[in-house]
Amino acid sequence: MRTILYIIQKEFLQIFRNKGMLPIIFVVPIVQLLILVNAATFEMKHIKVSVVDMDLSSSSRKLISKYEGSPFYEIVQTTFSYDQAMDQMQRGKVDVIIRIPNGFERKLVKENLSKVQFVINAINQSVAGLSSAYCSSILIDFNRELLQDWLNPSKLAGLKNIQTDYSYWYNPKLNYKTYMVPGILVLLVTIIGLLLSGMNIVREKEIGTIEQINVTPIRKIQFIAGKLTPFWIIAMFELAFGLSIGKLVFDIPTVGNLWLIFLSGGVYLFVILSVGLLVSTVTNNQQQAMLVSFFFLIIFILMSGLFTSIESMPHWAQEMDRLNPLMYFIKIMRMVLLKGSTFDDISQLFYSLVVFAIVMSSLAVWRYRKVA
Amino acid sequence: MKRFLGFVVKEFYHIFRDYRTLMILFGIPAIQLLLFGYVITSEIRDARIAIFDQSKDEVTRKISEKVLSSGYFILDKNLSSTKEIEQVFRQGNVKLVLIFGPDFSKNLDKTGNAKVQIIGDASDPNTANILVNYIQGILSNYLLSLNAEKIPMQIVPEVRMMYNSEMKGVFMFVPGLMAMLLMLISALMTSLSITREKELGTMELLLVSPLKPAQIIIGKVFPYVFLAFLDACIIIILGNTVFGVPVVGSVALLLFESLLFICMALSLGILISTITSSQQIAMMLSLVALMLPTILLSGFIFPVENMPVVLQWFCHIMPPKYYITIIKSIMLQGNGFSYIAFETGILAGFTMLFIFLSVKKFKVRLG
Repeated sequence: MRTILYIIQKEFLQIFRNKGMLPIIFVVPIVQLLILVNAATFEMKHIKVSVVDMDLSSSSRKLISKYEGSPFYEIVQTTFSYDQAMDQMQRGKVDVIIRIPNGFERKLVKENLSKVQFVINAINQSVAGLSSAYCSSILIDFNRELLQDWLNPSKLAGLKNIQTDYSYWYNPKLNYKTYMVPGILVLLVTIIGLLLSGMNIVREKEIGTIEQINVTPIRKIQFIAGKLTPFWIIAMFELAFGLSIGKLVFDIPTVGNLWLIFLSGGVYLFVILSVGLLVSTVTNNQQQAMLVSFFFLIIFILMSGLFTSIESMPHWAQEMDRLNPLMYFIKIMRMVLLKGSTFDDISQLFYSLVVFAIVMSSLAVWRYRKVA
Repeated sequence: MKRFLGFVVKEFYHIFRDYRTLMILFGIPAIQLLLFGYVITSEIRDARIAIFDQSKDEVTRKISEKVLSSGYFILDKNLSSTKEIEQVFRQGNVKLVLIFGPDFSKNLDKTGNAKVQIIGDASDPNTANILVNYIQGILSNYLLSLNAEKIPMQIVPEVRMMYNSEMKGVFMFVPGLMAMLLMLISALMTSLSITREKELGTMELLLVSPLKPAQIIIGKVFPYVFLAFLDACIIIILGNTVFGVPVVGSVALLLFESLLFICMALSLGILISTITSSQQIAMMLSLVALMLPTILLSGFIFPVENMPVVLQWFCHIMPPKYYITIIKSIMLQGNGFSYIAFETGILAGFTMLFIFLSVKKFKVRLG
């Protein structure tokens, strides 16, 4: 036990002596949390619209004023030339072109059917999907108003109607930040934990000090435990710190039991740090260690459900995702913090993390050789 | 010149000996393209829902069928009381609950008014919003078919998706991926390889050699220009052959702009290595201060226009943002140089600035 304590003391000394690393460990993640949470938003506000109204009738003007009035749109150009509008789109100054053809109103009255063309910049497919949905929903509203304005009420009476009523639970204002804070927090803790531990043993290898440790009577498991503990404490501290910031700055709800978060967080960090040490033992220099960590990290992050939902991935990918510790912890964080899930609800996720922890730490201990 | 060549050869040896690093450098683009092409979509399919049907008549059954056969939803559970709603949400699988009011078809026929309630699990606000919209769309389509002969007047939208008519997610990711990888290889790898020489003490040897400092630095970064360029080509070719991401504009222009971006990233990497002394710090700096902003503040995943104004200023000082704009413009929109002259100028400006700063900071004597 004393041996472990000495190793821990040595690691702490090394961390706190390194003046360059301290701000990176403690300040940068917090700044990142503040910045990234604001950056990661799909809330659509200023969709830039160019209007090409060839009809100039009262109906077409009314329709356009609908788009003007919507908070989602910002009409940046009104022109009679489709080519001009197209040129603005090529330059990226316009996201949507609304084109109302000549004879729009006449057709509506005579043929009962008229068309409006929406040309949408679809390079970003998710944004394009949303803009198209908004455009159509405004049109549906407009259709309804048209009916009410132009027809006598007796004709409307016979129509059947389904009254839909919707509500959003746990986040009635659809605030995207409450969703992102727990996820990004996991991301930051993971990056710090993985990089600190991943670079650690390999650094000693590179500088040659590993040799000195190898000739001491320390046992493999003591060495690994001593290396893990300081990082674990730092990362746990960061988790707590990040949560407080989330609460104070972003006012994220903490519906569930916080101890549940820290319990799962502790196990999760153990997994991540073990993975880092494993990387550290199988690589030869820091550059390699960094690249290997980065390689897996990026795959884990992208498949973790942080930015895109897991349900929309193909089945085989979802099966593969069972090997992704990030996915489990992000899920736990969101469920417990936002919905107040209890231990029973997350037990399956939690036990999976425990299994990971056992497997990964045994691998790290097994792979570490006291021979250089 | 011969000395310099010898030095470059040494650097290439260093890189090619380290086959693990090489494998990863070329494995990353391939795997990530596959991920983005096949796995990561923001389109939602197969969302699990629960239905609480209080009337269980023919109409509600028909609507449920319509909802479940739309391809967006899978039935997870039939509920029998409102209490269960909270429970299924907390367990986390169900994203949406659909509730039919009592006496649905009777109300629909008699008063012309029947009630449906939709509850979304908005702990994931985006998904909830989209799913609720889907359901409303299905319901209003159903209504339209009920009232088909009675509705007189209609305006229908005709939507045309420009540049990406099949709405593929990959189109968006290829430019971002290129920016990210070029940044990784150029800025990160160079800064590490220079600080490594410092850390191991071999920098001292290089500095006392007859090579000029400029030669040392250029010799160090040269192989990485080569690697980064190769990676960029791999992404373009893979994206084109496997996922059909087109290169509408000029390939030469695309490669030229990529080269410019690589130079920018390299000079940034050099700058980082001149102000740090250990690999660990260089790496942390590059990774934490460069990679995350490259992914999140460049318009790679989240559009810049939606961010708060202060953050948009930050975005404007992120070089990758300009590069991504340039690539999209050339590859997908097929624009010529005149459309992207401004962005090109900015990238060139950044390069000059970083080189200037590194020259000022560069010390011939260590520690």
